[in-house]
Amino acid sequence: MLIPCPFCGPRDAAEFTYRGDAAPVRPADDAGEAAFADYVYLRDNPRGEITELWYHRAGCNGWLVVTRNTATHEIAAARLAAAPVPAPIRETAE
Amino acid sequence: MRYSALSLLRNAFSGHQKWPQAWRKPHPKPFYSVVIVGGGGHGLATAFHLARDYGIRDIAVVEKGWIGSGNAGRNTTIIRSNYLLPGNIPFYELSMKLWERQEADLDFNTMVSQRGVLNLYHSDAQRDGYARRGNAMRLHGVDAELLDEAQVRAMAPFLDFDNARFPIRGGLLQKRGGTARHDAVVWGYARAADRLGVDIIENCEVTGLVREGGNITGVETTRGAIFAGKTALAVAGNTSRVASMAGLRLPIESHALQAFVSEGVKPLIPGVITFGAGHFYVSQSDKGGLVFGGDIDGYNSYAQRGNLPVIRDVCEGGMALMPMIGRIRLLRHWGGIMDMTMDGSPIIDKTPLPGLFLNAGWCYGGFKATPASGLCFAHLLATGAPHAAARDYRLDRFARGAVIDEKGQGAQPNLH
Ligand SMILES: Cc1cc2nc3c(=O)[nH]c(=O)nc-3n(C[C@H](O)[C@H](O)[C@H](O)COP(=O)(O)OP(=O)(O)OC[C@H]3O[C@@H](n4cnc5c(N)ncnc54)[C@H](O)[C@@H]3O)c2cc1C
Ligand SMILES: [Zn+2]
Repeated sequence: MLIPCPFCGPRDAAEFTYRGDAAPVRPADDAGEAAFADYVYLRDNPRGEITELWYHRAGCNGWLVVTRNTATHEIAAARLAAAPVPAPIRETAE
Repeated sequence: MRYSALSLLRNAFSGHQKWPQAWRKPHPKPFYSVVIVGGGGHGLATAFHLARDYGIRDIAVVEKGWIGSGNAGRNTTIIRSNYLLPGNIPFYELSMKLWERQEADLDFNTMVSQRGVLNLYHSDAQRDGYARRGNAMRLHGVDAELLDEAQVRAMAPFLDFDNARFPIRGGLLQKRGGTARHDAVVWGYARAADRLGVDIIENCEVTGLVREGGNITGVETTRGAIFAGKTALAVAGNTSRVASMAGLRLPIESHALQAFVSEGVKPLIPGVITFGAGHFYVSQSDKGGLVFGGDIDGYNSYAQRGNLPVIRDVCEGGMALMPMIGRIRLLRHWGGIMDMTMDGSPIIDKTPLPGLFLNAGWCYGGFKATPASGLCFAHLLATGAPHAAARDYRLDRFARGAVIDEKGQGAQPNLH
């Protein structure tokens, strides 16, 4: 599997360390135990497209958000986690 | 018909053309007391114990492919009970005891072979860790022996004892551990359950869970709806997918694990040997092939096939441990999808939805668990209460902070 690092180009997956699903977001400090248990332990674990965090350990040391298909291992996109999230495409009013 | 020397002789006279079918191919009925989803080892063992030990005969096992097409037919067949934590040891030891009488229980040759499982250690610290594990096992009545280097040399002289980086200092041996033939385990449970009246329905994929009010009352399948008093999931790597049909999110990620078999060679490897300084383990099948494996691939996958970095890593481990295997050719390799939990331990429990029961989270070690998993899940389904040996395998243990984390890795499934 080749991961297209935006900084280093396509590189062997063995250069990267996997963190997991990028979807869970750390709850506010006062969100309560149930919200934290959900954040730490529960996962959607989809068959199909997932966004996930990979760390380019043997490369640029960057954290990437990779969009990958868990059924085919096909990678659709990779961006630096630090990069601004692309804004959703909106219809522009006249 | 019971399998016996007499039945073998009688069938020899008819040229082995008249053996009866080992299990029927029934059409699904509209309703069963219990519908078990998943015809792997765990689903079939659950059906067997429900029917034999708890007197429930009105059971269907619903399997999307053929029975044993999942991990039950893909694993490296190792059975052992060399665990460390109190939540695990009694359960896996119960399983080991059930393996020891499985062939008599099932009237089937499952080729259970207690050829021993040897975990090698390579440093003083690792020896101390294994001594601790061995002591924990012995406190629970499980056999464990700590071997020094000379004792390991006597057992397996071909290992690279004087490896510059990872010299072999000794090992922890569980003599009662070993291997069993995985396909035979599936067939044995299927045949025994079928003889007790269980309907095994193959080529029948569950596509939805029937909900009435808050309750789960059956399954939608590719062969129509089947209603059930209780619906029991035993779908291993597909647990999150099937549970999501009822809106459940679980502490599980699906990961690929690969296995490898070499060309056949003369008897070489005594028992099962595991490398302690990397991830590589090996045994030898009765056909002569070396059966070996290592780490999971390490990222979420439903692909049932693996990638090259792990193949390289496994082969490097093998070369570090027994350099002679560099001359042996690889015959085939494949992958299966593991239901990896957040603490590396399984779940046998009710779910928040009445009528829906869960058996999951077996990670890469659920083959050895098959008999006890079947017994304990059947106990839960029949009595509504957890079996004593599986009482810590609760779904809410994560939220309660009562995780059973053998490796001490935390909530990172690919590291368990
Ligand atoms: C390469 C490899 C090596 C392993 N080595 C070992 C080992 O040495 N020792 C050990 O103890 N364990 C080992 N394991 C783990 C062990 O194989 C599994 O933990 C165990 O088999 C899981 O339980 P099961 O047998 O019920 O699973 P499975 O056989 O996977 O059964 C689940 C079944 O559910 C079916 N299913 C899924 N979705 C649906 C649906 N929607 N409708 C109907 N049916 C469905 C699947 O087709 C499958 O047949 C290994 C696994 C792999 C892949
Ligand atoms: Zn990079």
